[in-house]
Amino acid sequence: MNKKIFFRLDWLSILLYLLLVSFGLVNIYSSGFSNTTILFWDPDYLVGKQFWIFIACLMILPLILAVKSNFFEHLTYVFYGISILSLLGLFIFGQTISGATSWYSLGSFSLQPSEFAKITTVMVVALNLSSFQNDLKKNTHLLKIISLVSLPMLLIILQPDAGSALVFTGIFFVLIREGLNLKFLFLAIGLLLIFFLTLLFSPLNLSLVMGFIFLIIYNLIKRRYPKTKKNPFILTLIIGIVFSYSVSLIFNTVFEQRHRDRFNIILGLETDSRGIGYNINQSKIAIGSGGFSGKGFLNGSQTKGNFVPEQETDYIFSIVGEEWGFLGSVTLILLFVILIFRIIYKAERHTSTYARVFSYSFASMLFVHFFVNIGMTLGLVPTVGIPLPFISYGGSNLLAFSLMLFIYLSFDANRLDY
Amino acid sequence: MIRKITLLSFTIGASLLFIFQLISLQLFNSEYSELSLNNAVEERPVFPNRGLIYDRNGILLVKNQPAYDLMVIPENQEPFDTLELTSVLNISKQDLITQLKKAERFSNKLPSIIIRQVSKETRAFFQEKMWKYPGFYFQKKTVRDYTISIAPNVLGYTSEVNQGELRGKTDYILGEMIGRQGIEKNYETILKGEKGAVFFQKDRFNRIIGPYKEGVFDIALKPAEDLTLTIDGLLQEYGESLLQNKRGSIVAIEPNTGEVLALVSAPSFNPNLLIGRERSKNFNTLRNDTLAMPLFDRALQAEYSPGSPFKTLNALIGLQENVITPKTIFRCNKGHSYSKNAFMKCHCKVGSKNDLLRGIYNSCNTYFAKTYLGIIKSAPSPAEGVDIWKNHLEKFGLGDYLGYDLPIGKKGFIPGSSYYDSWYKKGSWGGTTIISNAIGQGEVLTTPIQMANFTATIANRGYFIKPHFKKSFTPTEKDSLYAKNYTLIDTKHFETVIEGMHQVVEKGTAKIARIKGIEVCGKTGTVENFIRLNGEKTQLTDHSIFIAFAPKEDPKIAITVFVENGYWGGRWAAPIASLMIEKYLTGNVKRKWLENRMLEGSLLEEYAKPTSGIPFTINE
Repeated sequence: MNKKIFFRLDWLSILLYLLLVSFGLVNIYSSGFSNTTILFWDPDYLVGKQFWIFIACLMILPLILAVKSNFFEHLTYVFYGISILSLLGLFIFGQTISGATSWYSLGSFSLQPSEFAKITTVMVVALNLSSFQNDLKKNTHLLKIISLVSLPMLLIILQPDAGSALVFTGIFFVLIREGLNLKFLFLAIGLLLIFFLTLLFSPLNLSLVMGFIFLIIYNLIKRRYPKTKKNPFILTLIIGIVFSYSVSLIFNTVFEQRHRDRFNIILGLETDSRGIGYNINQSKIAIGSGGFSGKGFLNGSQTKGNFVPEQETDYIFSIVGEEWGFLGSVTLILLFVILIFRIIYKAERHTSTYARVFSYSFASMLFVHFFVNIGMTLGLVPTVGIPLPFISYGGSNLLAFSLMLFIYLSFDANRLDY
Repeated sequence: MIRKITLLSFTIGASLLFIFQLISLQLFNSEYSELSLNNAVEERPVFPNRGLIYDRNGILLVKNQPAYDLMVIPENQEPFDTLELTSVLNISKQDLITQLKKAERFSNKLPSIIIRQVSKETRAFFQEKMWKYPGFYFQKKTVRDYTISIAPNVLGYTSEVNQGELRGKTDYILGEMIGRQGIEKNYETILKGEKGAVFFQKDRFNRIIGPYKEGVFDIALKPAEDLTLTIDGLLQEYGESLLQNKRGSIVAIEPNTGEVLALVSAPSFNPNLLIGRERSKNFNTLRNDTLAMPLFDRALQAEYSPGSPFKTLNALIGLQENVITPKTIFRCNKGHSYSKNAFMKCHCKVGSKNDLLRGIYNSCNTYFAKTYLGIIKSAPSPAEGVDIWKNHLEKFGLGDYLGYDLPIGKKGFIPGSSYYDSWYKKGSWGGTTIISNAIGQGEVLTTPIQMANFTATIANRGYFIKPHFKKSFTPTEKDSLYAKNYTLIDTKHFETVIEGMHQVVEKGTAKIARIKGIEVCGKTGTVENFIRLNGEKTQLTDHSIFIAFAPKEDPKIAITVFVENGYWGGRWAAPIASLMIEKYLTGNVKRKWLENRMLEGSLLEEYAKPTSGIPFTINE
């Protein structure tokens, strides 16, 4: 690493990274604490394992910075290929943990290829968007990108690990940024809205309400622009109604009961604090009991009692809520927001499309993790098991997100060399 | 532009959503923190040992012993050898099954009691076989242990708080011990102490995984205080032995402090009967004995006509109201006619001329009838006369609760003008109508402790201190509790009556009560009494009564002895009182012949007469 790079490094992001991982270690320590002091570097404990992976990450950082930044661009398809192969290999050599075949067992720790597939998929998207012929308005190009993203997604869904697959939808934000027709954004928002409203109300009621709203909007617009045509409105309405009915149909026939339950609990259609609602309920109790300033480090009674399942991984935010209270929770949220904003800000300054798309995708994926994970822990989003980056226990996740951050840092530091 | 801010907006939107949810969960919802305590923390009470009870000389009367309840958690049970269990625990198979079913109905996960208070021996024996019975375990608790089996009527007893009582008492939990009756009840708050609590951290399987926050929230228990009674344990024990095979009571009070030295009620029971597995069976046996009534405190709850001892009070009132002087002489001819066709008998010889002293030590009915008539007539009307008399008596603590520190008692009764006005036609009654009051036989009713109290009042020459059972050590407590209640009678009149009472023992009706070296003052009584037998008013053998105090100067003990159906006062009551005084003042009894006569004497045949169904004679 030369001196120039050292001074050009985005030290704010590095600081945020160090803060987040350290805070994560503190909470992982708390999750496994039971009245006897343990050494945080003892690899027999979760916190020790996570600590050593963190150290490993820090040692990789100089390596990443040392390679030329176009190294990644050139080898994009190689990495992507390895990634796809590793996902395929799971079906033969994979280790099954709680129903999902997502891991390679390597002695005392296991590797989750889906985490690394996130990086390679982002790279492949970046490469495709940076080519000169690229035009997202062209369906062939769009289809190519969608296929490249869908391949790892599909392999991950088959594990089955729908949660991890969901993260890839973050790339949607990048596509919007890079010129995807905005219709898709509005369509996505509209369909998402209809999806949830259908579950809350019946498709018939929703259709009637939608028809009424469209009628009013059409008349309002017609009064201003008399030339407005009827057909697009009718078409949109029909799509909405058909979607609503098919959501209802799919939800009640294709979805399994456990999936339905997850949605129903979030929407308040079902209260079940013992069964499927247990996790969410316990998580809310833990967070709610933290109050303004929290119960303090190692003092969370819910945490100690292990009431929230998966509290060191997917539900780690419940420990933050209980032991660090409102102050700690909001601080953590703000750290994430600042990091995401910082990455977007830096991404926008890139002249290289590859670097911009990569950084932007990194921010998008970070956001999806952040939104789904904390949303789930707070009982706002249906239960989807994905970790909170940098905070949750999990070596592959920490390693993958650290790598993405380091590559982002490398691109940023070498921005002017492009 | 929209393209560039999409992700930014989503990030801001999500953060605001999260912060909003955090505000509603953490800042505006106390429900969640309570829920957290409910499911993550278990509070377990710790009980202080109940306070010990000592007698006035520091003899330990009541202590504690461990007892073990056999508990079961139904869901942990496995099939077991019923036969072995029932034989070891000495319980019928049917009972065992009933208890197990009851436990299951209550809760499958929570412990229930199968057998209460298993003895130490049974527990030790069963403990070895415990491994064969998963789901069963012993829970330790503390019960009372009586070192000497005396004074159950004073001490009271303890038992477990039941479901019904819990409604009003938030500071008790089911199965906790609570004082019933006596000292245990009256001083419950002192003897109980305050229970503390230990908090445990539980995990999601409801298992305890250690102390909650190293016990910083644990509440230290407040140890119970020990109690020292005014009772003299040895005197009490002696009194109880003297009254064996008799019915009646002994009340002994230290006159200048009001401290109750002994409160004997016979027949009594062994307080140890109300501990252990057989407790409820024993309690029912005691309660169902409606003839001997061992749970009935004859010293506090029995109301009798006071009989001749009451004459001392009438003498005092007569002197105070200037109806008589010590030199006043009344003639007695084996009694006297107090109105047309009405004759009150007396055991004086024909032609006796009695002054006040002779009147007292010969217990002359005529003398006190005439004194009483004088009191009634000294006022403008009989109604006013009776009320003056009543007012005097009330100052001796009669006719109302004495206010001692035991939870039971009776008021007794002192009739006034309003009572007679409602009983007879207003104005149609006079002194002669109610003449029986003169000799303590009329409408007047007193309890033995009231009699002991007025005896103490006489011994104190005009005041009493409320009788009490808890010895006080702090000056402030003493000031409030030991206030002197003065009568309306001058001290000099007491000297006169006390001289009369001294003569009673020296040469009167209670010569048997004389103790060498001690000047005893007393007054015998022989009280006619009646019961309703098969619907007919039937007279039973007279009650034998004696009141006394000693020594004459600076009295240390005032005592009342009441022996039901014991015939005349000198027969049982006076010797017993005398022995008690001797025991208390000298520490040992020299008159073994008298002591043996009292210890061996039995009135059980007398008590069997009314229920025997065959005709019987009285006063034999």
